[in-house]
Amino acid sequence: MRSNIEIRTSKMFWAVLIALAISALVMSVPVNAQSPNLDDEVNRIAKGLYCPVCPNTPLDVCNTQACADWRADIKKMLQEGKNEQQIRDAFVARFGPQVLGAPPAEGFNWLAYILPVIGIILGAAVAWFTVRAWLVGRGVPGTSPASAPEIPKEYAERIEKELKEL
Amino acid sequence: MPRWIPVLIFVLVIAVLIFFALGLRVRNEPQPSSGPAPDFKITSFEGQTIRLSELKGKVVVINFWASWCPPCRDEAPFLERTWRQYKDRGVVFIGVDYVDTDSAAKEYLKQYNITYFNGTDLQSEISQKYRIKGVPETYFVGKDGNLYGNSLGPITKDSAFMTESQFILKLEELLAK
Repeated sequence: MRSNIEIRTSKMFWAVLIALAISALVMSVPVNAQSPNLDDEVNRIAKGLYCPVCPNTPLDVCNTQACADWRADIKKMLQEGKNEQQIRDAFVARFGPQVLGAPPAEGFNWLAYILPVIGIILGAAVAWFTVRAWLVGRGVPGTSPASAPEIPKEYAERIEKELKEL
Repeated sequence: MPRWIPVLIFVLVIAVLIFFALGLRVRNEPQPSSGPAPDFKITSFEGQTIRLSELKGKVVVINFWASWCPPCRDEAPFLERTWRQYKDRGVVFIGVDYVDTDSAAKEYLKQYNITYFNGTDLQSEISQKYRIKGVPETYFVGKDGNLYGNSLGPITKDSAFMTESQFILKLEELLAK
């Protein structure tokens, strides 16, 4: 016959095992719709989208009823299993590309990406030429020598003559 | 400095200024109130598609609305009531749902028991054609397909934009034309 201590220890062992199994089960359940993680995910996606009716306001900080509806829509789509790209595509299809923080890089929109680069290149070129001209003008070593200013022939002859007279 | 750099900068600055000026001009253009009504195709929440140009011979009322717009709610019961009153007299109402979610829009239609044609303005294409500045806005299209005025705000009994009696009067005028 098993002693009372053995029985008690065995019971305790099973109790701990069951408790651990239950905890593991609870922790492995996928995050449900009401979890804070889902709301964080909604806000993260909403941050990259802009309110179509209140210009320049990201969807995550917009307080209008419309924005609340759109955030609810994002949540619903996440619950349906859609990923961020699918949600963004759905918003563009529904409201147009203006809901995106940046215009899609296609067609005329390329200008928005190309013009700043051209501006930077041109600005750098102007700065380089200006600094170079300034350094050359000051005769800084290592810069190309500036060509001697042209002196009219009559002045040159006069200077020559006066120098000889000295 | 090569001569072409200042020239290129000048050309670019002028091009950007022209671009912004054109954008401002388009943005500040008023909503149309006469001339041919901009044509569009719209699909209802039930999946039925209509094209405005195919409705020639009928008086068409185009109403831009959204479920998140409180003034739209003020005029909704009147619009539905008037539609029921005029639907057998050759008047078509088209509700254009502007930047809205389908679920909220359907809830709105259910709440006000709206039975006339209503559809989503995908990518705001129709709103852009009519250059709407907000919601609600209502446009009147005559039997000839031309625009005959608009209301740039809610239509209510004492509205500063268009009163309910002015709306009825407008419909009668267009039906008589």
